[in-house]
Amino acid sequence: MSATDPHQALHRTIEAVWRIESARVIAGLTRLTRDVGLAEDLAQEALVAALEKWPQSGVPDNPAAWLTATAKRRAIDLFRRNAVAARKHEQLARELEVLEQTSPDLDSTLDNRIGDDLLRLVFIACHPILPTESRAALTLRLLGGLTTDEIARAFLTPEPTIAQRIVRAKRTLADKHIPFEVPRGAEIGARLASVLEVIYLIFNEGYSATAGDDLMRPSLCEDALRLGRILAELTPTEPEVHGLVALMEIQASRTRARVTPTGEPVLLFDQNRTQWDQLLIHRGLTAIERAHKINTTFIKISRGPYLLQAEIAACHARARTPSETDWPRIVLLYTELAQLTPSPVIELNRAVAVSMAHGPQASLTLVDALASEPSLARYHLLPSVRADLLYKLGRHPEARTEFERAAALTRNTRERNLLLTRAASCETDPTNR
Amino acid sequence: MRFMVIVKATPESDKDGALPDPELLLEMGEYNEELGNAGVLLAAEGLRSTSKGARVKFSGKSCTVIDGPFTEAKELIAGFSILQVKSLEEAVEWVKRAPNCCPGGEGEVEVRQVFEMEDFAPILTEEQIQHKVRARAELPNQTANK
Amino acid sequence: MRFMVIIKASKESEEGAPPDPQLLLDMGKFNEELIKAGVVLAMDGLHPSSKGARVKFSGKSRTVVDGPFTEAKELIAGFWLWQVKSLDEAIEWVKRSPFSSLAGESEIEIRQVFEMEDFAPVLSEEQIQHKVDARAELVGQEKK
Repeated sequence: MSATDPHQALHRTIEAVWRIESARVIAGLTRLTRDVGLAEDLAQEALVAALEKWPQSGVPDNPAAWLTATAKRRAIDLFRRNAVAARKHEQLARELEVLEQTSPDLDSTLDNRIGDDLLRLVFIACHPILPTESRAALTLRLLGGLTTDEIARAFLTPEPTIAQRIVRAKRTLADKHIPFEVPRGAEIGARLASVLEVIYLIFNEGYSATAGDDLMRPSLCEDALRLGRILAELTPTEPEVHGLVALMEIQASRTRARVTPTGEPVLLFDQNRTQWDQLLIHRGLTAIERAHKINTTFIKISRGPYLLQAEIAACHARARTPSETDWPRIVLLYTELAQLTPSPVIELNRAVAVSMAHGPQASLTLVDALASEPSLARYHLLPSVRADLLYKLGRHPEARTEFERAAALTRNTRERNLLLTRAASCETDPTNR
Repeated sequence: MRFMVIVKATPESDKDGALPDPELLLEMGEYNEELGNAGVLLAAEGLRSTSKGARVKFSGKSCTVIDGPFTEAKELIAGFSILQVKSLEEAVEWVKRAPNCCPGGEGEVEVRQVFEMEDFAPILTEEQIQHKVRARAELPNQTANK
Repeated sequence: MRFMVIIKASKESEEGAPPDPQLLLDMGKFNEELIKAGVVLAMDGLHPSSKGARVKFSGKSRTVVDGPFTEAKELIAGFWLWQVKSLDEAIEWVKRSPFSSLAGESEIEIRQVFEMEDFAPVLSEEQIQHKVDARAELVGQEKK
């Protein structure tokens, strides 16, 4: 740490305070103003005020209370001006009253209310009326405390694009009068799924290389994990939330092993498992246990898709070597998953598990059934898996054709090279063994 | 039982920007692999030099933040791991097998027992016990737990 | 980023005296806050050094010395492992810990944990900018 320029040091401190407090401040303000866009603007104004005042006054003992109080004062000014301009606005007058009477009390007796507000903020930021990428940007902004620029860099997208997305999202929420509430009853399943989808999208953005020469962006995975863990504490009796957290913890545990020092991807079965982070694996397994306990408590029969995926990941995590993998269990898990969320990709994954548990022939039958699947037509993993099975069955010329087909379909250069290498390793004349 | 294995720092290991020697990293990697294969390794981390760290001193209600680096090498840690084994002796045995990761070949590793939840049981106050009893009663479907 | 947050030992912790009930309560609340904020990776307390040992390395030889050890300042009583964005954030959290309510002085040390990035490549600033520009172009092309 450099010998500090006091201004810089304080600036970083204020940034840190913002990261810790902003979501709660915004959540509380949203409850007061009933407008999440306005709440965030007010919170930002309070941050600006903090950047101006705290260098002289020092960081207050209760920074969240200071920020909220400052934001509230601005809200009151704003509403006063609006009320004067439009006297008929009873709504506004009432809101003004509420604002002036409530105090920014953030002591422990109101922990529940803060938790509720935070949960409401999560649900509104992830509202399904918004396009997924907007939900992601808004969530990182309101709940992750990231700046627009940080979000833009995280998604490798120009900053004005992200800024626009966030502005439009806030406008949509206001125009459609989306209520600031925790969904209940029949609605909660779908709404929660929407939240989990956003968090996992953020995680995958950091974890998977989708195109070109992308490397992982671990800090995005961290953001997603943090959001997931926060959500797990806000909704402790939701097994799917723990399932998602478990899935992310276990996937994150492989970060060190997934990429070579020069950035080549390493397939799961080739990874050095001693580089898997046991702490994160332990956290993942604990989260799975937590989900199971809830299911037992509420006598739930079925597991949801995230929990199932987590359990599959856990099977790999528990195996010290690939040969120790409990493949039959993975087959069962994929079968259950396929029933819940049928998809050709899941069928393909199940086929891979079947090949490990029951041999390549059984699997090839399943894979061939997927040959005419339109959604897999340009999915490089289909020919890639088929190629591998053909190779194992000694059908090398066919295997080579499939490896080459897969290589042509993938957009990831490193993966393409891997596939071409495998194609080259296929013997041209099977009688020459 | 769990034990924390604490690798003490040396003035060399604590230099700003110091990265472990690649040869040593390899040896440590192999050692950790052994621990992993034996199922005893719960965590293993290296710490960056104290120049990237800080200390927070509390004195009554006030606190002061002091930036690194810190100089008293005897008080500093370079890394740690957590082992799950049956006894202190077993933990010590594992530590003896670790490669000598200290520059100059002289160093020290401390082994300390980690508190488990059960260790805390005797010191819960009556109030805390009552709190737990009440909290449990609030869990839904208590009979389903049996 | 990950940080190890180290609680130094004290005469009391080394004596194995049960901690002040109020401190225990406050610490419990503090830990709850940390967990709710999603920043805790791990946390543990350590038994006094009387239950521990030291192994001295000298070349190929190993000498074992049983605890207890005398200089509390050199000893750890407990630690957390946190996942936060910066050292400053870790410091902010430490400031909220209940140690301020303790009589006398206490000291918490914060150390950064080595990450994968320290050993392997991740995207540099330049690469990030390059990709942002490339994506912008792609979007522009797709619209045609």
